Amino acid sequence: MNLAEILDTLNASVLTDKVTLQKSVENAYCADLMSDVLSFSTTKSILVTGLTNAQVIRTAEMAAIEMIVFVQGKRPDSQTIRLAEEKQIPLLVTDLSMFEACGKLYERGLRSKLHRHNQTPTIKCQAKSH
Amino acid sequence: MNLQEIVNGLSLEVKTPSLSIDRDVTGGYVSDLLSDVMGNAAEGSVWVTLQIHLNIVAVASLKGLSGIILVNNRIPDTDTLKRAVEEDIPIMTSPLSTFELVGRLYALGLRCR
Amino acid sequence: MTNTEEGVFFLTGKDFTNAGAASSSLKGILERRGVPPDIIRRMAIAAFEAELNVIIYAVAGMMKYRVTDTEIFVTVQDMGQGIPDIELAMTEGYSTATDHIREMGFGSGMGLPNIKKSTDNLAINSVMGEGTTLEFFIRIRSGGTEQA
Repeated sequence: MNLAEILDTLNASVLTDKVTLQKSVENAYCADLMSDVLSFSTTKSILVTGLTNAQVIRTAEMAAIEMIVFVQGKRPDSQTIRLAEEKQIPLLVTDLSMFEACGKLYERGLRSKLHRHNQTPTIKCQAKSH
Repeated sequence: MNLQEIVNGLSLEVKTPSLSIDRDVTGGYVSDLLSDVMGNAAEGSVWVTLQIHLNIVAVASLKGLSGIILVNNRIPDTDTLKRAVEEDIPIMTSPLSTFELVGRLYALGLRCR
Repeated sequence: MTNTEEGVFFLTGKDFTNAGAASSSLKGILERRGVPPDIIRRMAIAAFEAELNVIIYAVAGMMKYRVTDTEIFVTVQDMGQGIPDIELAMTEGYSTATDHIREMGFGSGMGLPNIKKSTDNLAINSVMGEGTTLEFFIRIRSGGTEQA
């Protein structure tokens, strides 16, 4: 699903300037807790969230998420928008609730592909107290 | 819509079997932020979250929500379940992601305006 | 021939404005070196979680990295209170975060489990009242010059 179709589906607008809108996604995730995004998301994704702080942009950057849509008309501050522009991550905003936004994107065929890490790393733990 | 229909339709696992799920669900709400739910969730909604913190039950109870659906195979601990039974808040779980679970609730006709 | 690069980033506790800046820089270094994107993504996620742990829980800390053609090593050392029970801290969903931290989107108890899942090896060393050191590495499957 491309960005133009997402804008249309959610009646959303673009908050970032100078970021390419020629992007499309295959997967969608919805969360307010960023560790969960880092844990389960895959690439070629859109993140639907109600959080608007800079850590959301950082999370998208680290997890290589293509675009973010903020729900309930929530807008991040200008510094956060600038960070997204710097990282070339389009930010969208919709007045829809998170529930409705997810429902409409699901209806249009987006799904979450859950990332399962296939490594079984060894862990060495040591806790000392004195 | 009835909570029983949702449980059946989405193959949810009911974690509070002692509570009746024959109750009315008037809408859906999805959020992992307790303050957001406190501020915005409508009474009678079923709440979708991956927070398993004990306080989810208090929030659901205060807002008169019809139940809590935990996603991503998140398992509530015994304290949370005990509190849920005391407060008469059914808790269900699903292996689906938040996005997909909400998508299916939406497809069943549940809304959040 | 090996081409090793190393460096250090300093981290300040409670500095949420710059949280993620060190991991972002490390990600940039890996991109410049042509490390495969899936490896970069795994390391960026692990480094970011470790960086956030320092910002959220410690007074200060540092992130050291060493990148070779075959591996990426990261050590994150903090001056914090230490982790009393590492097994418990490794449990998904277990968290000691305050409501304030949760409302910022963190403290869902996935940090250490995420680092474990994203890396090939994680070692945790914690001394109560002094701090915690995390050491983790990821093998670069391809893109290196030659494998041992």
